[in-house]
Amino acid sequence: MSASVLFDVPGPRARLRYRLYGVVGVVALVALLGFIVYRFAESGQFEAQKWGWIQYEYVQLKLLDALWNTVRAFAVGAVLAMVFGAVFAAGQLSDHRIIRVPSLVVVELFRAVPLVVMIFIFHYGIGLGTPFYSVVLGLTLYNGSVLAEVFRAGVLSLPRGQSEAAYAVGMRKTQVMMFVLLPQAVRAMLPAIISQLVVLLKDSALGFLITYEELLYQARYLGGSFEFGRPLVPITIVVAAIYIAMCLLLTWFAHYLQKRNRRNKKVLPEAEKPAEDAVAASA
Amino acid sequence: MDVLLDNLDLYGPGFRDTIELFLISAIGSLVLGTLLAMLRVAPVPVFRAAGTAYVTLLRNTPLTLVFFFFTFAFPLLKIVDASTFGGSASRYYFTAALIALILYTSAFVCEVVRAGINTVPVGQAEASRALGLTFGQMLGYVVLPQATRAVVPPMVSTMIALLKNTTIASGFSVFQAGAISLNLAERGDSQLIGLLWVALFFVILVIPMSLLQRSLEKRWSIAR
Repeated sequence: MSASVLFDVPGPRARLRYRLYGVVGVVALVALLGFIVYRFAESGQFEAQKWGWIQYEYVQLKLLDALWNTVRAFAVGAVLAMVFGAVFAAGQLSDHRIIRVPSLVVVELFRAVPLVVMIFIFHYGIGLGTPFYSVVLGLTLYNGSVLAEVFRAGVLSLPRGQSEAAYAVGMRKTQVMMFVLLPQAVRAMLPAIISQLVVLLKDSALGFLITYEELLYQARYLGGSFEFGRPLVPITIVVAAIYIAMCLLLTWFAHYLQKRNRRNKKVLPEAEKPAEDAVAASA
Repeated sequence: MDVLLDNLDLYGPGFRDTIELFLISAIGSLVLGTLLAMLRVAPVPVFRAAGTAYVTLLRNTPLTLVFFFFTFAFPLLKIVDASTFGGSASRYYFTAALIALILYTSAFVCEVVRAGINTVPVGQAEASRALGLTFGQMLGYVVLPQATRAVVPPMVSTMIALLKNTTIASGFSVFQAGAISLNLAERGDSQLIGLLWVALFFVILVIPMSLLQRSLEKRWSIAR
């Protein structure tokens, strides 16, 4: 980070000062961590009883079950959201106003309504039965709409020559979109797409609100059990670790794909920037 | 229409509380997020590491889980006394929701600010140092005005996300717009229609913000 805009390369006096700040920073951090550990110890969070539940096979199976439910909602939601996004991106780029305007409205609408409200509508309002369907449908519609925007931006970022050449070879509109534009757009937008999938994975935790039996639901259930001394704090830490590990794995996968793409000569070099755009659109 | 008019006593306070949650946590997360961004670009490695660790942890945790922690687990640590909230549970839940929203959103705010600062070319700062500007002058007259262009549009999207995220509080005993329908059920009114009204109000709140974001993006992206 020597090339930061804000700070010049430090001279001898600045280096000394930075070292002093460093020591102060370490002391402050250690004090903070120490305070947390102290509070944990003081309120008995380190007691063996509060961590003992991990050893029970029954509990482990329950947690695995919950993890599977989370992953299942994520996987189905991700696939459907990609399909939804591709269809509506193509719709938004259509030449026919009858298709374009409704696609724009749908995408804009589903991005504006909070996911919680959408899931409530499906679960309490319409009553889709098992919470799984409401969660997946909500995840699909919301993230699919965001992905539609991402795909659309990707297609628009491609050079015009791509579609012109495709038309010149005699391809039809659908063929141009399916075989020329979308594959390249997906490649160019991979980082943005994957970071949206991370959002989708995190949003699957909203299933907790409508009693979908995913990780948080299980955490609430186990955390409330008196036989293990109400281990809410330990189980929150465990579940957080699981989520963070899964999300980091996905992010790492995105970086890996990006690196591999860079070596690939089929990808146009200028289409590599838009990675950060969709990150902010977390929900 | 009847569902809305008969239950105005729910919709009014519901959206008022949503807006209150949104405004307080927006200010809080903007402040905390900017502080974190300062940590992340600081020349001291420990500060950078601390900022990075915070952002990585919070960005990869579901907001629902952060809510979960502050609503259910945090009281068990007995750091704050319940009596500071006047013994009122709803006041505690509201504060917990605020803290969860602020901590989660500030990680995203931090990333936006940091990315914005990084868009300013190093030459700009070097030139201003060569002219003899002090650190404050450089920041105020050269770097920040340019960084603002890159920061504001994505910041608006982050704030839109925050506004929508306030509805998660309905799962954690906080009454706001997302929880209106749960109260409607007790009154025997149609939840579907009630929820559609809630969705409509959110569309009305969000669309102007996203229009603003888009126009800012278009106007400022050319100016570079």
